[in-house]
Amino acid sequence: MHVPDGFLDAPTSIATAAVAVGGVALALRGARRELDDRTAPMAGLVATFVFAGQMMNFPVAAGTSGHLLGGALAAVLAGPWTAVLCVTTVLIVQALFMADGGITALGTNVDLMAIVGVGVGWLVFVAVRRVLPTRLGSVAPAAAVGAFLSVLAAATLFSALFALGGTAPVSPDRVLVAMLSWHTVIGLGEAAITALVVGSVVAVRPDLVHGARPALKARTLEVRRPVTAAPTAPASSAPAPTAPAGDAA
Amino acid sequence: MSRRGFLLAFLLVSLVIAGVGSYYASSHPDGLEFVAERTGFLDSADDSPAAASPLADYQTKGVEDERVSGGLAGVIGAAATLLVAGGLFRVLRRRGPAEDDDTEPAEPAGARVPQARS
Repeated sequence: MHVPDGFLDAPTSIATAAVAVGGVALALRGARRELDDRTAPMAGLVATFVFAGQMMNFPVAAGTSGHLLGGALAAVLAGPWTAVLCVTTVLIVQALFMADGGITALGTNVDLMAIVGVGVGWLVFVAVRRVLPTRLGSVAPAAAVGAFLSVLAAATLFSALFALGGTAPVSPDRVLVAMLSWHTVIGLGEAAITALVVGSVVAVRPDLVHGARPALKARTLEVRRPVTAAPTAPASSAPAPTAPAGDAA
Repeated sequence: MSRRGFLLAFLLVSLVIAGVGSYYASSHPDGLEFVAERTGFLDSADDSPAAASPLADYQTKGVEDERVSGGLAGVIGAAATLLVAGGLFRVLRRRGPAEDDDTEPAEPAGARVPQARS
């Protein structure tokens, strides 16, 4: 999904860069609420894992491959604002050192994979999590749905940008159809990898998974109910030291 | 699994994927590149100004062996990502335990009480 220089014209690239700068600035503010002494080292490793995961192209069909974008994965593990910064860091390292993705296209790539990939991945994850029972076993499936749709969203946005500012005289409709059909398959790979990784971390250290906080909280309250059901305080306002207080979404 | 142990394992998995696993990755064009080729706009791509980078295209310049060259580029890239992201998050983080924090929330130990925090 890394857009090279030249696919999109200068006005489009400037506009996408401006959106990227704004999005990253917001993420820098939002990530402060997600990061503390315990989660910051994990978040750094999430970025590292996304870099590694993006190198593992998996074969799709007919001579195509796909690779992890990692937006939904990073959002569920580290929190959405931190995830925008994780994926942006990966894209900067790739563009500057690996010549993977263009330099003038960096803003476009940040929009596609860091902002839309993370944003759609996280919002879908939260929506699915709300529908599923509040327990740890729901986290990985919800992440998988978020991952799948995040890839389709990024593919759709690229097609829209190409329709607006593509430099080659190619029908935007053809590009959209081709992007969506191939990325439906790639999205399934994204969903599988995301579910596998999120599921593994949830199994070992659910406290390090941002998206598992409501499930952990529910589990904790359940365990504590006999204790907190003292006549002085209703269970809902009882002190629960292990309960995360501020999961905004 | 201790937190430190988990983080070390997570790092190790990432480095092994970037340094060893990536050699076995598919070398077919990815979805976008493939679509660009099929629909006919691949030629509109320009070479990146970073194309002369010693790590361009995930190969380390001057290293003959393809496996070592790619593995080294992957490990260096992963390390650079860890350095930049890890440094950034260290600066951004709240100091001290968060209000919703507990050292081992995974264990629903009934004995744990708020004032036990240091």
